[in-house]
Formats: sequence, C-alpha cells, structure tokens
Amino acid sequence: MSLQTKSKSPAGADWTADQPIVSLCDVHKSYGSVEVLKGISLDVRKGEVICIIGPSGSGKSTLIRCINGLNDIQKGSIKVEGQEVNDPKLDLLTLRKKVGIVFQQYNLFPHKTALDNVMMAPVLVLKEPKKEVEERARALIAKVRLQGKENAYPGELSGGQQQRVAIARSLAMRPDVMLFDEVTAALDPETVKEVLLTIRELASEGMTCILVTHEMGFAREVADHVYFTDQGVIVEHGPPRQFFTKASDPRTRQFLSQIL
Amino acid sequence: MNDGAFRIDRHRFAVEHFSSRLHWRHGLWLALAFFGSFVLAHAQSDTQRIPSAIGTLFIWLPFILKGFGLNLLMSFIAMACATVLGVGLGLLQISHSRWVSLPAWFITHLFRNSPWLVILFMVMFLVPFEMQVPGLGIVRLPDWVKATFAFSLPVMANISEILRGAVNSIPKGQWESAESLAFTRAQTLRWIILPQCIRRAIPPWMNWYALLALATPMASVLGVREAVGNAQAAMEAAGARPEFLLPFYLFLLCLFFAYIYPIALWTRKLERKYVVAN
Ligand SMILES: Nc1ncnc2c1ncn2[C@@H]1O[C@H](COP(=O)(O)OP(=O)(O)O)[C@@H](O)[C@H]1O
Ligand SMILES: [Mg+2]
Repeated sequence: MSLQTKSKSPAGADWTADQPIVSLCDVHKSYGSVEVLKGISLDVRKGEVICIIGPSGSGKSTLIRCINGLNDIQKGSIKVEGQEVNDPKLDLLTLRKKVGIVFQQYNLFPHKTALDNVMMAPVLVLKEPKKEVEERARALIAKVRLQGKENAYPGELSGGQQQRVAIARSLAMRPDVMLFDEVTAALDPETVKEVLLTIRELASEGMTCILVTHEMGFAREVADHVYFTDQGVIVEHGPPRQFFTKASDPRTRQFLSQIL
Repeated sequence: MNDGAFRIDRHRFAVEHFSSRLHWRHGLWLALAFFGSFVLAHAQSDTQRIPSAIGTLFIWLPFILKGFGLNLLMSFIAMACATVLGVGLGLLQISHSRWVSLPAWFITHLFRNSPWLVILFMVMFLVPFEMQVPGLGIVRLPDWVKATFAFSLPVMANISEILRGAVNSIPKGQWESAESLAFTRAQTLRWIILPQCIRRAIPPWMNWYALLALATPMASVLGVREAVGNAQAAMEAAGARPEFLLPFYLFLLCLFFAYIYPIALWTRKLERKYVVAN
C-alpha cells in the first residue's frame, strides 16, 4: 500500500507551485451518446479564484465533478498538481485529499452532528488521531461562524448553516483546491450572504477556488477570472472587469442581460 | 432506484394494512367468543359425568403453554438467523459485481416467492436428522431445529429485500459526498448508508417477525411439540370431543393475539414516527 503510494508520487512530483494547480486540456465528456463537454480547456493557478457561469444544463456541474474524479471523461486530460485525474491507476485517495467539493444540496450526513460530520472523514478515512481532528474540527466550525452548533444535527440547522458545515467538512481534509457547485442556489436570500462571506474569507486566505455560481455580483468581486460556458464549450472568458463590461459574444451578452 | 422506493412503500403499506386491522376491540371480541364457546360446550355436554371444556383446558394448560414456549423460542432463533443471513444476502444483492449480485438476487426471490410450508417440507427432507460435527461427534438435529431453520429462510429473503430497498432509498448525494471525502464503498456503507437504513428498516423487520411468529404452528404438521400441536394432542387425550374444538382453538387464537398484538401496535407507532420524521 505505502509502496504503491510512493511509486505514484513521482508522476506529480515534478509539479511546482508556479505551474497551474488545475489544468484541463480538451476535456470531452459524454453521458451515453450525449456529449455534454465538448473540448474544455482551462488553467487555474495556485491561490486563484475562478468562476464558471452559464445557463442551466450547459455542463458546469459535470465539469466541476470531473475535476475530482466523480465523473470520468472520454477524451482529454485533467491534471491536479501535475497528476492526471483520468488515469485508471490514479490513487483516488490522494486526489480527494487535494480537492474538496461542496454541492448545491449540502449532502450532510443526517444521522451525525455537525461536529461529527466534519470529523468523520479525517478520523475514518485518513485515520488521524481523534483528539487532533476534534480540535481542528471545532476550529473550522468556528471559522464558518457556527460556534455553539457543534452538537446540532443537520435537520436542526438552516440551509445556510448546513452549507457552512459542508464547507467545514471539506476543509477538514485540508484540500489544496476547493470546488463549489452553485452552493447558494438552494438558499434563502438572507442566508446566501453568510455562505458567500465564508467563501470570500477562504479566497482571501489564498485557497484556490473553482466556483460555479449565479451570483454575478459575487463573481465580479472575488473572481480572478470568469468563464462563460454554453452547451459544453467555453464561449468566452476573461478577468471580471473586462468580462462583465466588454463581453463580445452575443450568447454571453444575452445571458448577462437576463441575469443582471 | 424507484424500485427500491416502491418496495419500501409496499412494506410500509403492508405494515399499515396489517396493523390497522388490529384493534383492542378485536381482542375483546375474541375473549367474548372464547368464553361464549365454553358456555356452548358446557351446554352440549352431559353435565357432571364428563369434565367441562374449561376444566379440560385448565388441566392441559401447562402442556399447551410449554408448547407456546417452543413457538416463541423458534421465532426468536429463526429471526436472529434470518436477520444475520438476510443482511448478508442483501449486501451481496447490492454488490457491483454481477457474479455476486445475481446469485444473491436469485436466492432472495426464490425464497420470497415460495410457500413456507413447501420450504418447511424441503428442509425436513434435505437436511439430515443426524450430522457429523467435528469435535462433537454425531449430533442429532431435532425437528424443531430444522423447522426453525426452514422458517428463517423466507424471512431471510424478505430482510434481504428490505435492506436492498432501504439502501436504494438513501439519496445519491450521500454516496457522492462520501466519495468526494475519499470514503471507499465499504466505508460508505458501514458509516453512512447502513446507519441511515436501520431506522427505515425496523418497522418492516418487526412486521416480518410477527408473521414469522404466527407461522411457527406450521411445524406441528411435522410433529414438533409446539402450542397448536400440543392443544390437538390434549383434545385427543380428552376424548376427541368435537365440542372442545372451538374453545381450544379460540384459546390458541387469544394466546397468539395477546403476543402479536402489542408488537403490531408498536410497529405502527414506529412507522408513524418515521413518517413524521421525514
Ligand atoms: N448522470 C447523468 N446522466 C445523463 N445525463 C446527465 C447526467 N448528469 C447530467 N446530465 C446532462 O448533462 C447536461 C449538463 O448537465 P449539468 O452538468 O448538470 O449542467 P449544469 O450544472 O450546467 O446545469 C444536461 O443536459 C443534463 O441533462
Ligand atoms: Mg449544475
């Protein structure tokens, strides 16, 4: 087991922090005969925040799920810290320690308290000492501003609170990259703010974030780069200042005019 | 996916249906009929010369209750076996390997869809009455043990199906978030999926226990000395008088009712609680 992990690390060992931490090249993905991603290429540098926007059904969720190997791809390459995700010999544990994901529907474990939700993976999967993990988990819960809710079950928390527990749960694995898939789309407007605040803090601390979002104001404020996808391709991208004011493609303009 | 949800619903329906037929009034009716039948039997017999039905029943009561003890023992052991085997079979059924899931699926459906009496006869004839156990020499298997094993098979199959349905009813998002946190499939099942299944599975599990306990008198056809067989033997010994049939069988009915009815009520309560919790 340990031998295997060791023999694998050289594959990504030549990666250095000045290279893209996530690199997609001509990614194609089909569900059956339906091609959902038709050649996506993008690079994310360490500490960068990128936002992916686009109409519903354009393949944003699929794209983001491919990055941590929840979906496989048919063609192209996805590299995380120099390691190929689409490699059948890939050690998924290594990948998933590096990449955390937060879903629209939170997906907390309903039979566990907030604290246990955060502690489970480090204790059971990484086999880290319980005491250490608990300390870290409590700190993370405080970080997402949920002190006092450690022993609450997900059913007793609001949507926004659950989503912040989900973020803390991902962070407990100490990922290098965080993926957020429309994490505020299912929330009440009041609770959207607190979740965005948490993400903004993460971004300002230098966490590499890939966000799928419909919150254009937020994208404009935190993103280093914005990508607009439609029907499985990247139509247009650029720094937010330029993207939101000088979009050239008519599809982008139409989308922005609908949503802004 | 949908199939699983459907099955859960069907179990729920079965439980609701089964328990909504039971009501405390029914117990009262049974007791009334029971005592009424004594009056009837008493009137029919030539008083004084021959013992009354209630007198006969009273004499044989310890014998019948001892038999009922065996009914309970069989139901406990069979349920324990069925639970262990059924959970195992259910886990095999949801395996991703066809070579594992297909045989498990076949066994599940074979035993779910066979008459219990046929399974009972098959086990009686296929399982030898003596077995060579290493270290213990030749062990004789009493008929009640074989019957217990036979009863556990159909319940095992149904528990296998309860487990499969319960696992499939857990939202896919639970699997996904576990997977993204690097849980393996086995870890996900052990720590995330199965703990959530237990609550959903308990009411149908209890329902199957009730059905199992009610089925144990079937063993009497093979001469197992349980309550119904013993009651029949007692009637025989008391002169096989036809006017005893009704009081004796009504007594058996009351006996089983008094045991099963609280279980059914409890099942229904848990069932309601589960529906509310969701
Ligand atoms: N598991 C799946 N099986 C088949 N088709 C899917 C599956 N998941 C998504 N799709 C299809 O892929 C397309 C892109 O979906 P998705 O990535 O969820 O888009 P978005 O997140 O941008 O709304 C949609 O047309 C959707 O119907
Ligand atoms: Mg989506």
